[in-house]
Amino acid sequence: MKADRTLDCVGLYCPMPIVKTSQEIKGMKEGEILEVIADDVGIKSDMPAWAEKTGNQFLGIEEEGGEIRVYVKKGSAG
Amino acid sequence: MKMGNTADRKMTIVVFSGELDRALAAFNIATTAASMGTEVTMFFTFWGLNIVKKERGKVGEGNWMKRMLNIINRGGARRLKLSKMNMAGAGTAMMKYLMGKHRMPSLQEMLILAEEMGVKMIACTTTMALMGLSEKDFIPAVKEFAGAATYVGNALESQVNLFI
Repeated sequence: MKADRTLDCVGLYCPMPIVKTSQEIKGMKEGEILEVIADDVGIKSDMPAWAEKTGNQFLGIEEEGGEIRVYVKKGSAG
Repeated sequence: MKMGNTADRKMTIVVFSGELDRALAAFNIATTAASMGTEVTMFFTFWGLNIVKKERGKVGEGNWMKRMLNIINRGGARRLKLSKMNMAGAGTAMMKYLMGKHRMPSLQEMLILAEEMGVKMIACTTTMALMGLSEKDFIPAVKEFAGAATYVGNALESQVNLFI
């Protein structure tokens, strides 16, 4: 998936990927897509939960060799 | 909920315990909630005050019992021990080593992060009096000093209230 920004969270554990995502998305425009790369499997459930409660749109997950790429689209309230 | 209506989303955490593991759990939840658009208030009381005390907590004032409390509870996030398996400090040192190896933020880093994210920190004035502490004995992240009514008032407006 094509993203406007990429955030590398490989090696980071909860809550850091989510905390960093929330900080990163603050500087983005509505409709822009953020790609977060992580290897803590918790993010697979945490990111949709975070997006739902913050008005951002969770777009999906791509997994390859222990590397998890999650995609979030910035919403109007996010 | 599709859109995050974050305006009235509130959470309080009573931080009663002063152990490293419990404090980490409290700050983990606080920073996560803050990143989800929640207004978070942490109310530090009893042993929880040790987490937000300045590293060189004072020893001098008050009667000998208060001074002794401050010698035992010297304060500072760096000094806290695990609630289990402390093993005279060896268990805590091992846990800190493992956390560092996994690039997990230390409690001191979590404190800074929480402050940056706008987490409100309140110290309990009753426990402060009991332990002979004053406002200047706390790190600058603690900006409010109040009692139980402030906490309950806040809790009544919140959807999530935790006691750790």
